[in-house]
Amino acid sequence: MSVLAIEGLTKRFGALVVTDGVSLTVEPGEVHALIGPNGAGKTTLIKQIAGAVAPDAGRVRLDGEDVTALPEHARAARGLARTFQITAVFPQFTARENVALAAQAKAPRRLWPFSVAARDAGLNAAADAALETVGLAGRAGELAGRLAHGEQRGLEVAMALVQRPRLLLLDEPMAGAGRDETDRLIATLARLKGRVPMLLIEHDMGAVFALADRVSVLVAGRIVATGAPEAIRADPAVRAAYLGTEAA
Amino acid sequence: MSATLLAVQALNGLQLGLVLFLIAAGLTLVFGVMDFINLAHGVQYMVGAYLAVVFYGLTAHFGLALLLALVAALVFGLAMEALVYRHLYGRSHLDQVLATFGIILILTEGAKAVFGPAPLSLPRPEALSGAIPLMDGFGYPVWRLVIIGAGLGVAALLYGLVQHTRMGMQVRAGATDAEMIGALGVDIRRLFMGVFGFGAMLAGFAGVMAAPVFAVEPTMGDGLLIMAFVVIVIGGIGSIRGAFLAAVIVGLVDTLGRSFSTDVARMFLAPAAANDVGPAVASMLVYVLMAGVLFWRPQGLFPARAG
Amino acid sequence: MTLAAETPAPARAAPPLGAVAVVAALALAPLAFDAAGAGFWIVVLSRGLVYAVAAMALQLVLGRGGLVCFGFAAFLVIGAYAVGIPYHHRVEEGLVVLPLAMAAAALFALATGAIALRTRGVYFIMITLAFGQMVYYALTALSTYGGDDGMTLWGRSQVAGFDLFRDRRAFYWLCLGAAAGTWALVRAVSRSHFGRVLEGARQNEARMAALGFDVFRVRLIAYALSGALGGLAGALLANHAEFVSPAYGSWHVSGELIVMVVLGGFASVTGAGFGAILLAVLEEVLSRLTSHWKILLGLGVVGVALLARDGLAGALARWRGR
Repeated sequence: MSVLAIEGLTKRFGALVVTDGVSLTVEPGEVHALIGPNGAGKTTLIKQIAGAVAPDAGRVRLDGEDVTALPEHARAARGLARTFQITAVFPQFTARENVALAAQAKAPRRLWPFSVAARDAGLNAAADAALETVGLAGRAGELAGRLAHGEQRGLEVAMALVQRPRLLLLDEPMAGAGRDETDRLIATLARLKGRVPMLLIEHDMGAVFALADRVSVLVAGRIVATGAPEAIRADPAVRAAYLGTEAA
Repeated sequence: MSATLLAVQALNGLQLGLVLFLIAAGLTLVFGVMDFINLAHGVQYMVGAYLAVVFYGLTAHFGLALLLALVAALVFGLAMEALVYRHLYGRSHLDQVLATFGIILILTEGAKAVFGPAPLSLPRPEALSGAIPLMDGFGYPVWRLVIIGAGLGVAALLYGLVQHTRMGMQVRAGATDAEMIGALGVDIRRLFMGVFGFGAMLAGFAGVMAAPVFAVEPTMGDGLLIMAFVVIVIGGIGSIRGAFLAAVIVGLVDTLGRSFSTDVARMFLAPAAANDVGPAVASMLVYVLMAGVLFWRPQGLFPARAG
Repeated sequence: MTLAAETPAPARAAPPLGAVAVVAALALAPLAFDAAGAGFWIVVLSRGLVYAVAAMALQLVLGRGGLVCFGFAAFLVIGAYAVGIPYHHRVEEGLVVLPLAMAAAALFALATGAIALRTRGVYFIMITLAFGQMVYYALTALSTYGGDDGMTLWGRSQVAGFDLFRDRRAFYWLCLGAAAGTWALVRAVSRSHFGRVLEGARQNEARMAALGFDVFRVRLIAYALSGALGGLAGALLANHAEFVSPAYGSWHVSGELIVMVVLGGFASVTGAGFGAILLAVLEEVLSRLTSHWKILLGLGVVGVALLARDGLAGALARWRGR
């Protein structure tokens, strides 16, 4: 059974069709990359999958369960973790607290009112382990708002990891990161590959071809091609619509 | 409840609604364009009324007093903008709430210190002080009709300004998307000053027009300010059309509710209980209306911002 | 101090010794005032402690939750009438009316919060303000219970039939106990897992939803808890003045409560408590200078808003840092 299956997803803003009957799946263990030019509707699609935007038509299934009508937090509780295109961390929490808070979402004491959250050893240990994975162990005590941009991107991945996701939605995780940081993020995601299925939206073609098992191309709200990376790279229609300008 | 009584109360409700609109119009534009919450807008209404009383004392002529009060209210509004409010744009709503709450304390107490706590009155102009006979010997004060007419006139003028002038276009753009007006190359500082001054003048105008009907006292703006908030919430922030319709609805619901709630309550309750419950329910009606609108349409009836 | 306030409780151990010392000093204060023949200040401080309960409750919602509630006085006045109305019907038992006050205010918070918390920003401010006015006008219309003029109580609530709090010192200690208890509770909740979720939603609401937290529910629970404590403060206020009036629910009271929280540095429960006590003392001192002391208060409030947003705690930290 597919981890994620969307069928005929459609979203209009006024007369503009932003998502036009999109169907795609993410299979267990798979990294499915979604590429497309700016304005193709990638982020709107991610928002509909995550539950931040309601589609006008179509279905979203998580592990076979229809979650189309569920709010964002309920989908997250079912194992859908997400990183944001525009960095979204908690600036006045430390890096460790950011990750610990993400872990708390799945903890039995998630809303417990009689405890000191900062001293929850279990959450802190999980946070430190995830920070280690993304190479931020040395920055755990720093306020997230004071981290460099690339470090914040890494922090987002750590926050997603610690939620033990069944599916990871990555909305341009490399956006704005430097070359070294991008390489480190690719390495991190490559280590996770096979363990956590991912839907990866990314402009960095190096990252896409290093990580993806399958690539779908979104142009003007429609999927114009889906296939193995080599096949997509060779597809003349895709080259014309998209790659010809960007992957040169 | 006779038909005449109903007509009179409906006119009173319309009149309250139009006074509310004059206050709410400035408030909703200031919210919409500058994302600035100004609790002290009700004080501007009070200032307008006191200015009219002062100028009437000097000139003994209502029209002249009105004109002078309008100019003074505009100058006062612009001065407050330059002294205090300008420094609060882009700050948190909490800062804005605090600072404008402080201004209320200062001006309300200041009015008490200068004019005393007792209510003052402003006579209505001689020519408009009569009453128009309605059915069966009931008269309706001409001045209240003048308020209705003035309110409708201002509403039409405002609609024309917002729809058809360059500044109006900028105001609409600002209410829809604040970042856009910057991108359009508009002098934001001047636009803000204009909107603020104009809003202050409208509130002052409401104060002058209402002064002959209601008592002129330091806290006269408090209740109306909160009613104006209800109007804005129902109408949708930044929308003149929404403010107008919501103001009329709120004015009618409040006035008719207060007039007839006790009678309605008597149909279900013992007279003694009805005398308590009726007014209590009537005073809550507009808030219940607001809660209902919010429940179904959290952005108000006519949101200026989409989404 | 400010940094600790901004970065909520990073594994820093609680200073219970300091808190115990402050409570002990406050507990001994009435004896000192009586000895100095200034017993009137016991009454002023009692009032400050009652408002401290309310301000600390508001701090949970405003400081921790980032929700600018401008209708908090509604909880106060509901709590006060939960004492006044039973009193009118000869029910004077504190063990009945205090829980009643908290429950009534919490219920009102749940009902209005369920609507207000669906909105954001200025809408939330205006809606809480409007709900506050709604209660105010409704009570004004209740002529059976004094209407506009309010009701005199001719006494204080009893405990199991004993009139324990007649004495102003005994009542002062009751208020101190309530304030200390509120401080401990709000502080504990703020530092808890629940409090971290509330704080996270203040910093980035969308992110909290994406993590799987039901932000609305968390805020509603906090709002109801805050309302219950506001009701407690209202019940104490009725007992303090031996009088209830719709004026307790005036929006000016809501505004002053916000001033107290901001005076105390906005992000600190302790600060909110001291902000309330300070304002009570300040009002007393200023009103002896001039009958138009509210002008001075207003100038101070505008000054704080424009210049010193981090309040007393911030000013203190800057002064120390020099």
